[in-house]
Amino acid sequence: MKPAKDKVMSTAEDEKESTDMLEEQRSSGEKTGMPPTAEKNRGSDRTKMSVEHLNFYYGETLALKDVNLSIRENHITGLIGPSGCGKSTFLRTLNRMNDIIPRTRLEGRVLLDGTDIYQQNIDLSVLRRRVGMVFQKSNPFPKSIFENVAYGLKVGGLRDRTALEEKVEKALKDAALWDEVRDKLHTSALQLSGGQQQRVCIARALAIQPEVILMDEPASALDPISTAKIEELIQDLKKDYTIVIVTHNMQQAARASDYTAFFLLGEVVEFDETSNIFTNPKDKRTEDYVTGRFG
Amino acid sequence: MMQMARGAIHIKGFVFKGLTIAATAVIVAMLVLVVGNIVLNGHQQLSWGFFVKAPEMGMTAGGIFPAIFGTVALVLLMTIAVVPLGVLTAVYLHEYAKPDSRVARLIRVAVGNLAGVPSIVFGLFGLGFFIHFIGGGIDKFLLGGEVAWGQPAIIWASLTLAVLTLPVVIVSTEEALRAVPDDYREASLALGGTKWQTIRKIVLPHSVPGILTGSILAVSRGAGEVAPIMFTGAAYFLPYLPTKLNDQFMELGYHIFVMSTQSPDIEGTKPILYGTVLVLLILTFVLNLLAILIRSRIRMAQRRAR
Amino acid sequence: METETVATEEEKRIPADLGRRRSERIKEWLVEKFILLNAMVAIGAIVLIFVFVGKEALPVFTSPEVKEEASLSEFFLPQKYSPEKSPDFIWQPVSERPKYSIIPLIVGTLKATLVAMLFAAPLGVAAAIYTSEFAPGWVKETIKPIIELLAGIPSVVLGFFALIVLASMIQSIFDFTFRLNAVNAGIALGLAVIPIIYTVSEDALNAVPRQYREASLALGATRWQTAWTVALPAALPGVFAGMVLGFGRAVGETMIVLMASGNAAIISWNLGESIRALSASIAAELGEVVFGSAHYHALFFLGALLFMVTFIINLSGAAYVERLRLKLTGGKG
Repeated sequence: MKPAKDKVMSTAEDEKESTDMLEEQRSSGEKTGMPPTAEKNRGSDRTKMSVEHLNFYYGETLALKDVNLSIRENHITGLIGPSGCGKSTFLRTLNRMNDIIPRTRLEGRVLLDGTDIYQQNIDLSVLRRRVGMVFQKSNPFPKSIFENVAYGLKVGGLRDRTALEEKVEKALKDAALWDEVRDKLHTSALQLSGGQQQRVCIARALAIQPEVILMDEPASALDPISTAKIEELIQDLKKDYTIVIVTHNMQQAARASDYTAFFLLGEVVEFDETSNIFTNPKDKRTEDYVTGRFG
Repeated sequence: MMQMARGAIHIKGFVFKGLTIAATAVIVAMLVLVVGNIVLNGHQQLSWGFFVKAPEMGMTAGGIFPAIFGTVALVLLMTIAVVPLGVLTAVYLHEYAKPDSRVARLIRVAVGNLAGVPSIVFGLFGLGFFIHFIGGGIDKFLLGGEVAWGQPAIIWASLTLAVLTLPVVIVSTEEALRAVPDDYREASLALGGTKWQTIRKIVLPHSVPGILTGSILAVSRGAGEVAPIMFTGAAYFLPYLPTKLNDQFMELGYHIFVMSTQSPDIEGTKPILYGTVLVLLILTFVLNLLAILIRSRIRMAQRRAR
Repeated sequence: METETVATEEEKRIPADLGRRRSERIKEWLVEKFILLNAMVAIGAIVLIFVFVGKEALPVFTSPEVKEEASLSEFFLPQKYSPEKSPDFIWQPVSERPKYSIIPLIVGTLKATLVAMLFAAPLGVAAAIYTSEFAPGWVKETIKPIIELLAGIPSVVLGFFALIVLASMIQSIFDFTFRLNAVNAGIALGLAVIPIIYTVSEDALNAVPRQYREASLALGATRWQTAWTVALPAALPGVFAGMVLGFGRAVGETMIVLMASGNAAIISWNLGESIRALSASIAAELGEVVFGSAHYHALFFLGALLFMVTFIINLSGAAYVERLRLKLTGGKG
């Protein structure tokens, strides 16, 4: 149950270095086809978010028990485990989406760049712009594609038409949807196919340029081709974003994520580099799950 | 013997079903009777002149334009007051109030009771509260005793009607808000929207058809009620149209009432009377049909989206 | 290559820190409080109605001048209006010796309401049984809007119809002496009440779980037997609630009774005689009263009485209908 120890940079690390690092990564730009282990030495070594001794309650029921995890910047962290064991609940604690459910309670700390996001006076709107989310069931608004993608920017206060158009275009390009919709930006998003709607939701989340993207089984409702496209997309996004993804599909987790956490009954049984989880798990329960003996 | 029992059952069934069909038929027949009688006796009056002229010769000739104008003005003022109030109340109940909130329960009890208050009691309320208390208060404290607002006026009548139709708007709006999928609200919050931004940009626009239905039903109700306006501003014959908020006004329903019960020449005014009733009936029917249509289109759209 | 990140950062105008900005926080708080204030108006309205109708009715209990003419005993107890005649109940506020017995008014209201319920309840319930148990889809879809249209007819129109047309029809059928009487008003009232009884009964029947009906049919019962022995009994509480609400509506209805009942404060069991109802009395006399007179306060007392009675009736009826609605919508209501 020990999380992989990152080489956390000293707290005196200033933002400029990581920004430069981000720029370096973007300009070097090529997608790596190398297996996850080799990724360890590319990109940032910073811990973007960390969770310390998290207990989460629905009413009286303890849903998450003593969870400790570090989410590494610019990497993909996957959460696997049988259904109903808390993966989605955990994901939602990272952007405080559980706040809207009545009678929930949280103990422990969730840190974003060193700040506990559950303390008083945190502006939830700002938090959610920095930690974005893509839902399992795509839920574009009954508005045009453009309005959907621009929504987060508008509520954030951006009014300038040209800036909006630029950012919408960039977000749709990053979501690999631009070519398909460039001529019908102002038609309803609900007329697109399932896979396209999900990519609109991804573009929508990307438009506000969050630092972390949370994805709750983003491809579970899609056909294999759309799923492949989305997996490709996620690999591309890694360069600029930190990604946490919940998935039922173990092959997907093995392919896509750098680090994997195995959740069972609300606890993190094991958290390690993905290659270790799948080829050399330390806990028997993990081994049973990844070899298909249950779940 | 089973054969005989079976036969008796079938006869009983025939009678039972027949009675229920008969009851339904009677109801429909009565509706046809009422509407038919009014249409038959009133349709000849529906000329262009009827709609644009004022009454002449002691209500035995001319038109009913002032009553139409007064009704429209009354209902317009009422709508301006009741729709924002009703929508915001429904928004509070559905979007802000916690599930076990005592305030929310109190509001719902109040709304339920408001819906059951007899219309004449609203008239008494309008008289005692709006005219004497508020209007009289304005006259006493702001105008130094001049009698300008402490008397029957279109503003008081429309506010009285607004209180009467408030439950209609609240119930329809809540229904519309309930139909907005929670997915949309979650998506908006996850993108950094605040609660009010979510309501303003996503929830309310999606509820517009339902809110419209409620407003139309409120208008139809308000145009038909007479008891609340009898003592709060309606008048039988006025030589002027209401142009100020403290003017009195003529109104279709009130006109019908007075003409039917206090006209010196009932046979002479019968044609005009029937024509006026027909106009009011057409007005309320059209509004109700419109609301029914919008509502069924909403239901079809919801079924398609599923 | 491009210093895109930095330029976009400035353009963004979204602060990078997590602290809650005071202006935003205050704005959201203000909006919520404003909306709450609006929502409280509904509570305020009921309270104000209670206060202002009650305030003007109070002198009946408190003011000695008013009590001389119109007091509780005047309202309810038999009065000896003249030495020759025996004690009686008469409502005649405008006369040399004002008489304020409200017993005739109560009797009148009850008579009209009785006729209305006798007319409307069987029709409304039977029609509801038809649409929910027997009627094919297209019939159902036509009947419901028709009932809604009936509900939309203004009461002044129904009153007009009763006054001009129905009264003559009834007089020729029943050979009554007076055109305007309890039967005339009652039937017109019934037309107004049918939609309420129909809608609530239909909801109650629809709320009966399919399993009950299916079990009955599977045991060999016919549709009508199922309707009569399974569905209707199960829906009975809801049907009853509908009748309570209809009753409340009939008691409070003003225009129909005002125009169709004859407005004569007669106490008798004969339904063919004119009546004077509580609601109609207020409407008929409020225009003529002197502000502040005993008559004025007596009329407000009548209003307060009506308000209380319908308040209680509706509270019980509506509570049950709400429970029914929750059942129908699967508890999400």
